[in-house]
Amino acid sequence: MLSKHAIFEKNSIFMLLGIIIMISVGGIIEIVPLFRLETTIEPVKGVRPYTPLELVGQNIYIREGCYNCHSQQIRPLRDEVERYGHYSLAAESMYDHPFQWGSKRTGPDLARVGGKYSDAWHVDHMINPRGLVPGSIMPGYAHLANRVISLDDMDEHLIALRMVGVPYTDDMIANAKLDGFAQAMAEHENQDGLIERYGDRVNMRDFDGSASTTEMDALIAYLQVLGTMAELRDYQAPAPRTGGGK
Amino acid sequence: MSNTVDKPQYNDEIVKLFTLATVFWGVVGFIVGLFIALQLAFPGLNIGEYLTFGRLRPLHTSAVIFAFGGNALFASSYHAVQRTCRTRLWGDRASFFTFWGYQLFIVIAAVGYVTGVTQGKEYAEPEWYADLWLTVVWVTYLIVFLMTLKNRKEPHIYVANWFFLSFIITVAVLHLANNISIPVGLDTTKSYPLWAGVQAAMIQWWYGHNAVGFFLTSGFLGIMYYFIPKRANRPVYSYRLSIIHFWSLIFIYIWAGPHHLQYTALPDWAQTLGATFSIMLWMPSWGGMINGMMTLSGAWDKLRTDPVLRFMIISLAFYGMSTFEGPLMAIKTVNALSHYTDWTIGHVHSGALGWVAFVTFGAVYHLVPVLWKKKELYSLKLVNTHLWISTIGIVVYISAMWVSGIMQGLMWRAYDDMGFLEFSFVETVLAMHPFYVIRAFGGLLFVIGALIMVYNIYKTIKDVPSVDGDKEAISC
Repeated sequence: MLSKHAIFEKNSIFMLLGIIIMISVGGIIEIVPLFRLETTIEPVKGVRPYTPLELVGQNIYIREGCYNCHSQQIRPLRDEVERYGHYSLAAESMYDHPFQWGSKRTGPDLARVGGKYSDAWHVDHMINPRGLVPGSIMPGYAHLANRVISLDDMDEHLIALRMVGVPYTDDMIANAKLDGFAQAMAEHENQDGLIERYGDRVNMRDFDGSASTTEMDALIAYLQVLGTMAELRDYQAPAPRTGGGK
Repeated sequence: MSNTVDKPQYNDEIVKLFTLATVFWGVVGFIVGLFIALQLAFPGLNIGEYLTFGRLRPLHTSAVIFAFGGNALFASSYHAVQRTCRTRLWGDRASFFTFWGYQLFIVIAAVGYVTGVTQGKEYAEPEWYADLWLTVVWVTYLIVFLMTLKNRKEPHIYVANWFFLSFIITVAVLHLANNISIPVGLDTTKSYPLWAGVQAAMIQWWYGHNAVGFFLTSGFLGIMYYFIPKRANRPVYSYRLSIIHFWSLIFIYIWAGPHHLQYTALPDWAQTLGATFSIMLWMPSWGGMINGMMTLSGAWDKLRTDPVLRFMIISLAFYGMSTFEGPLMAIKTVNALSHYTDWTIGHVHSGALGWVAFVTFGAVYHLVPVLWKKKELYSLKLVNTHLWISTIGIVVYISAMWVSGIMQGLMWRAYDDMGFLEFSFVETVLAMHPFYVIRAFGGLLFVIGALIMVYNIYKTIKDVPSVDGDKEAISC
């Protein structure tokens, strides 16, 4: 049988085609069904697209490379569920382009960090991590506090995301900039519109405590919504599996 | 064989360029690696906005994988394909374009990371415009390689070229599928990837693990299949094993990605498939290791006299170790402990430093005298010093990571008598500090080794007398 192998060794195009066929099988079998099977993403109530301010926050999270040290994926292991909260569901990251599950926990998992700490804690922690957590090895991000965001091209961001499948409405796109500023203030005339578009559970306040809307506002708005969208009380699932170490 | 006088038979100039770029980017990548290792031990080294761990870590991974590894693959594949096909590399201009085009890609990507331009996908961080540019360069590479194969004067395509070809074509497929994205505007650097959530995770790790499988394994096996037989002056151990392990390796590797996603929201069936194929992957991996090592049958004595060959054989030993450790870590219960910890970092580095870098060092030490037509290297003794300093560095590195990874994994899941979690997260971070210092020391040794190589190569090119004629061409 090995003598037949000469076909590949004597013709570079056959070799090329042989390779392409061999590498296609596994990828197709593992990837295509994920788009076809309805069970891949079980529907969970409450998961919505990010607000413009949260989206800016996520983009800062990506820009600074936070995913290099923080995962956003809680595994159904006893200790993780106790440390971080309910294990992550596929639906919770369905609007993340790209996903932020991460691969390393140099710092703790952030999938459900939303609501765990106060805004003021986050501001202080970003400016000087070791001031609040002695022994932390996180870099400081003081520069975020001074950088005012413009939000001028927010509509283009939402349009691009709609093209890749996030259900932003025309209304959301038209009000993107206004919604962004409204969310970062204690009071704003547009906040009724923001609630109408994104629901009444949207966090609306001056996140960083400074008058201007900064990158710190956006990042904290993003962190404070992480893991809080899904209404897990309604979610029916088997009890968490037990972890390896008891 | 007829040699035209004014046009050399082989295009060695392009191989020289890629060889120098390999050494240059290697040193850059190793030094950035050392720096970020020190940042984890001493967080005060996160300086300002641009030099934080989060921005430099992609710079390190890209510099070592794509800049150091990529240039090494260009150099060795262009060198080997000419020799094994007995023909000049096709397209002098096209290959020249692949050199400068690839260096430009590296610079664009690196500038992006430091200034915060990233897609946020591990090992696929460059934004849409850099991805498009890389696609142009890569397609040119494929054409140059295929046309050279087409022009060959040998009836058979040599085994090293099967591996190089599978590396080039698979990386193209992975790159295209994983990087599809919509730019926010043509005048912006920002884009949003097409894939989201669970599908994005699957596609990303299909890409990510096969960057290991095809960039760092298949391509470097191509190096192994040309340079070890060449250096040992022995034929490849088993032709039959070559065929079996080639096809099984590329078929099985592509399935292994989901082992990065065990216990996540990825459906169980996909996790199980990924883990199963990862364990199966052990066999074809060791097929390659055995085929390479046994090529020394009847020439084992050369290991005593030739430190360059020693580099190559030790690289295979590390390859064998990592490809055993990998399947072990893909077992679900092991992965529950090892995932998210430094154990993964140690595993990657035993492969990247021990296998990829060592086989590259071996190939570079072999190539420099051949390309610059020198009698020999400036100093074999320095090669040996490089070898042992680096080997000790790697062993220190991976041992520190084993201890800190397993320790952290166990601390995360430790319970006290009352049934509460015993350690807060930051207590586990504090416990890792000594191991981060030890790891950085291991990295320092590796950097020193690389600098010794730079000196040795510089002296070889500058001071060692040339030999007349193309010795390599005659010996083929």
